[in-house]
This record gives sequence, C-alpha cells and structure tokens, in this order.
Amino acid sequence: MAADLKKIANEIRIDIVKQVYFAGSGHPGGSLSAAEILTVLYFDEMNIDPADPKRGDRDKFVLSKGHAAPVLYGALAERGFFPKEELWKLRKLGAMLQGHPSVKTTPGVEISTGSLGQGFSVSAGMALASRMDGGGRVYVLLGDGELEEGLVWETAMAAGHYKLDNLCAIIDWNGLQIDGRNSDVMTVAPIDGKFSSFGFNVLTVDGHSIPEITEAFKKARACKGKPTAILAKTVKGKGVSFMEDEAGWHGKGPTEEEARKALAELGGAL
Amino acid sequence: MADKMATRQAYGDFLVEKGKTKKNLIVMDADLSKSTMTAGFAKAYPDRFFNMGIAEQNLYGVAAGLALSGKVVCASTFAMFASGRAFEIIRNSIGYTRANVKVCATHAGISVGEDGASHQTFEDIALMRTVPGMTVLNPSDANSAKKLLEQAVETDGPFYVRLGRLAVPVLYADDADIRVGRGQCLRDGKDYTVIATGLMTGEALAAAETLAAEGVDVRVIDMHTIKPLDGEIIEKAAAETKGLVTAEEHSVIGGLGGAVAAYTAAHCPVRIAFVGQKDTYGESGKPPELLQKYGMTAADIASAVRSLAG
Repeated sequence: MAADLKKIANEIRIDIVKQVYFAGSGHPGGSLSAAEILTVLYFDEMNIDPADPKRGDRDKFVLSKGHAAPVLYGALAERGFFPKEELWKLRKLGAMLQGHPSVKTTPGVEISTGSLGQGFSVSAGMALASRMDGGGRVYVLLGDGELEEGLVWETAMAAGHYKLDNLCAIIDWNGLQIDGRNSDVMTVAPIDGKFSSFGFNVLTVDGHSIPEITEAFKKARACKGKPTAILAKTVKGKGVSFMEDEAGWHGKGPTEEEARKALAELGGAL
Repeated sequence: MADKMATRQAYGDFLVEKGKTKKNLIVMDADLSKSTMTAGFAKAYPDRFFNMGIAEQNLYGVAAGLALSGKVVCASTFAMFASGRAFEIIRNSIGYTRANVKVCATHAGISVGEDGASHQTFEDIALMRTVPGMTVLNPSDANSAKKLLEQAVETDGPFYVRLGRLAVPVLYADDADIRVGRGQCLRDGKDYTVIATGLMTGEALAAAETLAAEGVDVRVIDMHTIKPLDGEIIEKAAAETKGLVTAEEHSVIGGLGGAVAAYTAAHCPVRIAFVGQKDTYGESGKPPELLQKYGMTAADIASAVRSLAG
C-alpha cells in the first residue's frame, strides 16, 4: 500500500510540474510540498466517490492554501474526478481548472479558495453541519505562511470552542512564504503551542512520510472532543532538486528547459 | 401590530416564527444577539444557533460552510462589521460560491445614534451591491421586512438585508403584496417622484404631505430592493414626472442614488437630486437629532424636490 501511494505521490508531482509549465504560471513550490499529504487523503483516508462527488456522507477536503491548486487538481485527476487532459488547460480562458480552486467549475472541489484563511473558516462550518447531519469528516490544508492571517485564529478559537473533532487541519510546514522564510517575514512559530492552546489535538509528522501521515489521520479520527491539527514538516518544492527549499519557486512556472529537467528527476516527460 | 417597530425587531420575530417549520434554518451571530434580535431564535432553537464570538470574518466563513452543506443561514452582526470588516469573506466565500447565506445586518445608518461614527455605516449598500449575484434589500418598515425576509430565506443564493435599530412607523398593511425586486408605489403623483429606501420612505411620505399643501404633487416609491433594481418603475417615474429625488440613510455615493443615477443615465435621462449622508462621518447624538443635522429628514426631501422645481 505505502509503495503504491509513494508512486501516486510521484505521479502527482509530475502532474504539478506539467500543469505549471503548460500554464506558464502557478505555484509549484507549495504544491510539491503537499504531494504525500494529498495522496494519503485521496487514496487512503477519505471516504469519497469520484463517480458521485456530491454524495451526502462523503468526507470533504478543503485546500485553504488555494494557491497550491496544482496538487489538488493532480490528486483529483489521478483519483478519477475528471480526465487528466483537463490538467494541461489550467489557468487558460474557459478552463475547468481555475488558477485557484472554484467550487462552481471543478468536480471534487468543495469550496472556492485562494484568499488565505477563508478555506479554514468554511471548513469549520462544514464540520458543524456534518456533525448536525451525521456526515463525514472534514480535512483542511493550510500553509504555514497562511497562519499569519487573523481569520485563521478566529476559526481555531471557534473549532476548539465547538469541539469539532470531525475537523482535521493539516499544516504544510515548509517554512517558506513568498518573501522568504517565515522566521524573517513574520514569526509563526511555535505552531504546535498555538494550536494546542486553542484546544486542538496537535500531532507532528514528517509530511513526506506516507506511513507517518497515515498514522496521524488514524489518531485524529480516534481523538474525541477536540479538533486535530497535524503539523506536517515538509520541504517546499520537494522532489525537484533546484526547487527544493527555494522561496523563488513559490509562484512561477518553469521554462521548457527547467520543466524537462524537473520531469527527468521525477521520471516523467512533457 | 404597533404603530412603530424597528426592522431588527421584525427580523427577530420572523426568525422565531420561521424556525418552527424551516428545520434547516441556522442562525448565527457575533456576540450581538440581544441587539440584532437573534437572541429569540437562540433561546427557542439552541441546537440551530451558533454564536461565533466577536469574530465577524469567521462568522461569515463558517456561515458559508454551513450553507454549502445544505443549510439556510441567517448570519447577523452590525452592518458596519458585516459589510465592512467581513467584506472580502462575503465576496469570496459567499458571493463567488453563491452560498445560501443571508447577511442580515442591523444598526445600519446614522439612526444607530449615540454609539457614534465608528458604528454608523453609510457604505454598506454601496459595498454589497458590487458583489455579483448579491440581492440587496433595505426594508422600510416591520411588515415589509418580514415579507422580504421570508422571500430571502426561501430563495437560494446570497442576500444582504439591511435592518435598523430605530423604531420606525409601520407603513404597510399585514396583507400587502411586497416582492423582492419590485419597487412599491406608496403614493401617486404627477409632478415629481421621490424614490426612497429604508426609514427614508416614511420621511418621503411626510414630505409629500408637506408639498401637497404647497400644490406640488409628489409620487413616492419605496425601493426596498436596491439590487436587482426595479428599472420599470424608475422609467415610468422618469417619463411621467419632471424629476426624481432619491432618499436614503446611506452615503450619496454608491447607494440607492448611485444605482438610480446609473440606471437613468443609461435608459431615461432625468434630473435627480440626492438626499443622503454627504461624504462625511457621523457622530454621537439622538437619532432624530442626527437625521436632522446630517440632512436626512422629510424637510430635506421637500427641499430637494423644491430645488428641482426651482
């Protein structure tokens, strides 16, 4: 299982590089860092049905760091929510795949995101509704830079207050944001202490270790009376040597040469 | 029904009544439930009420999540904080997603009174009418508020409902036929037309009485729906009377006046005079004192009509 998931995560990375190359823009760094997280969610953890994306009892995933759309689109396409050909039209006029996720155009997208902090807030509403109706769990991925948004902490306070144990936040803790390191731009650390003081069950994992992520989701499910925050330690640009831990790859597309080099490292091709 | 009632009170009564039958109706607030009047619903249906604390951004984000999960959500706070502080959450998480959230915002305009400028919003209609797909309602009395709220709750999609703190005269009978998107002609007249909204509708009727005594025959339209705007009733007024006065408890920039001016400029050019808050902040005082000082009374409407005549 873990070996298969590792292979899928690599496929998603190939999808990410090709998407941002064909689009000519986009956010490869923070997409590549979350490949294992989304792989485990979409291929192991979540109760979802690509043939019936709106099924009432489904688990939901919200990409609060909406700029990492290519990793979500890669996961949705690999899981069969829409044909992979759609990936290569990302960010083009009239395309199903918008620059940031849109609930109105894309099967499997639960809420439009892109303006940071809002996906987390909406996911708390989904978790409240799901608890009232006996529905599924709600998973939400935030960036570490996103934690600088005030709304994140309004939501964290409410999720703790309402004891939303069906809500699981994952923090893609890659340490970088557009203007540089979190520690230089705006200190977000300590992240674990912040979430635990807001009433969360906090777990820390290697965000590229499939067994660790899988285990954390199990623990989150078992935790009652508290929402869970999984701090996933990741490397921005993971899998492409020249993008790794480089803030400059937050939000730009590769040249053809760079794309070919990246894909060669991942075992893919244009 | 009393002679006077605040539209926020009508909202509170509506929620308690509607909650009996509409089981997927959720009401939310941000620590102002005794002022916005959602407290009655909270008491009657505690399982369907969520207080989000003093956190208006999260109020509307969570409202979107509930709505996208099949609930009908009325989420309330003061108009200043709903439309101002939470604007971008309403724009991106409610408007863009077409979430079934009713932003029911109370304490709009200068009639908030003593709390002063920080709490007196004149910008909310302007902000909300720029959000694509947002229906913008500004009821003039308690009866129309209930009827408009009923339609808002039963119509899918985002609504902004502007409600007031001050008790205002009841203008409509219980059985009045009031519909979202259709302006209401409350008094016919052949000389000039006052298009009013919110509590200025009552002032407009009083102004029409004054002007009638001077031999000026004024039509009064209650434009309770700012968006979508009733173009038909405006064109008719532009064609049948000699000029329009818009009257609102809102900035003269971007609200009802702006909407009517844009519509008439494109379809039926006509002279317009604008009654509303002039590009300035309010201050503390009693509501009637403030309405008078800032030029939003029947007398100001009458002067505006006379200015067109002169």
